[in-house]
Amino acid sequence: MKVLVPVKRVIDYNVKARVKADQTGVDLANVKMSMNPFCEIAVEEAVRLKEKGAATEVVIVSIGPAQAQETIRTALAMGGDRGILITSDADLEPLAVAKLLKAVVAEEQPGLVLMGKQAIDGDNNAVGQMLSALLDWPQATYASAIEISGSAAKVTREVDGGLQTLDVDLPAVVTADLRLNEPRYASLPNIMKAKKKEITQKTVADYGVDVAPRLTVVKVTEPAKRSAGVKVESAADLVSKLTTAGVL
Amino acid sequence: MAVLVIADNDNAHLRDGTHKTVTAALKLSGDVDVLVLGSGVSAVAAEAAKIAGVRKVLTAESDALGHGIAEAQADAALALAGNYDAILVPATAGGKNFAPRIAAKLDVAPISDIVEVVSADTFVRPIYAGNALETVQSSDAKKVITVRPTAFPAAGEGGSASVEAVSGADAAKTRFVSEEMVKSDRPELAAAKIVVSGGRAMGSAEEFQAVIEPLADKLGAAVGASRAAVDAGYAPNDYQVGQTGKVVAPQLYIAVGISGAIQHLAGMKDSKVIVAINKDADAPIFQVADYGLVADYKSAVPELLSALTAAGK
Repeated sequence: MKVLVPVKRVIDYNVKARVKADQTGVDLANVKMSMNPFCEIAVEEAVRLKEKGAATEVVIVSIGPAQAQETIRTALAMGGDRGILITSDADLEPLAVAKLLKAVVAEEQPGLVLMGKQAIDGDNNAVGQMLSALLDWPQATYASAIEISGSAAKVTREVDGGLQTLDVDLPAVVTADLRLNEPRYASLPNIMKAKKKEITQKTVADYGVDVAPRLTVVKVTEPAKRSAGVKVESAADLVSKLTTAGVL
Repeated sequence: MAVLVIADNDNAHLRDGTHKTVTAALKLSGDVDVLVLGSGVSAVAAEAAKIAGVRKVLTAESDALGHGIAEAQADAALALAGNYDAILVPATAGGKNFAPRIAAKLDVAPISDIVEVVSADTFVRPIYAGNALETVQSSDAKKVITVRPTAFPAAGEGGSASVEAVSGADAAKTRFVSEEMVKSDRPELAAAKIVVSGGRAMGSAEEFQAVIEPLADKLGAAVGASRAAVDAGYAPNDYQVGQTGKVVAPQLYIAVGISGAIQHLAGMKDSKVIVAINKDADAPIFQVADYGLVADYKSAVPELLSALTAAGK
């Protein structure tokens, strides 16, 4: 079974995003970029499925600027077999990304699409569900455990209130939650080897998919700042301050 | 325009997020219907019918809906979508699971986790872990929106909507196997007035329970946790507050032994009053805390408990 893993290049999770003064967006110039943390978890799980013999090939796909090639290389160094880069200078919406991925699925015919539950920039948490809907495949989101058995996958999901286990027919779309695994670090020899792995270059136009934006960003602003707080000296002092504030 | 709100429920009770989503829906239109998906949901429908401002309650039932299976939930909603200009869903794990499916099938862009309704087609939503607020205008004829419950007040009671059954839906390719729910008598985290959260500093699950739970019980508070505490196994996943866990905005949030990483702040910085107890005076949590106590939780929490008792709480 072939596993397709979509990955996204995003602002590094440790960097605090700064809003541009003209309110057109977040300033990404000279900011450290990395693979979205949830995508790393998806890549790790796909590689583990291959190591267990449940998967035969792990194909990495990324849609974004030319630099997204670095993100694909990282995934190849973790154990991905080959990559597909669909270049786009526009910041595509989840609907457009899902449609492009559907076209990639049609070409590649994977048995499983494994991806992150959300990207930490847009915080949409939508692409996996939308891809699954467009393909009419079952979905298992927020996965914390995946077990492939024959033509189905048993997936434990993190839901409000606890955990739920579903059995989904393959092919399916599964999105990874934080607890699914701990992604490995790529070793130097593997980083070198990854440079030789194939990355197919495509453009959005190659797929003939309508990617026109449906949402117009009117403005991007900074959230209201909290006013500076005070340090209290003791627990008793704290209780009296909270009582005065009316929250106890 | 007509708006459909899809209720958050556990087959027995309506969850608080539904009332808050109705408030957002009423900002769009006076014609708001509520759809209750599940199995054996007559009690839930009765609760929904009492929400002030609701025109009609629809119920769709099946086994798959009772287990919250996204394919069935989306199909049941899609069968009704022709009658509505907007579909609003509480942005809970359950709601986020099926809402994008509805959007994809309708070929519209979903708008996730809105915190403000500017007009019938313009909404504000947080991006980058809440470090920026994006105002977006939708050009789609139909809107599919998830609503951050903590950003809206709950709609009042006193309505008397009619209840009507519509057809349920099933999921052919997905089967429910089992579930394992965390049992708790404490208030629900997302809706609690007071939240007490513990972090990595607790060091073990036993210590977490011994420190955080008595304080939460004293205050009638819900228990939360940082990702570090959850990853280390000190608390269940469901307790996680943050960008990828639950977003809370209680009257009082007490962070014990939590450094205050960007991802944690994303889930609690809209709390009315934030208290931080941390022995590291430079911890980022103090930058958002209204009241900070620089002290080891080992001494500070027992002192806080006795100070609360002394104050008659």
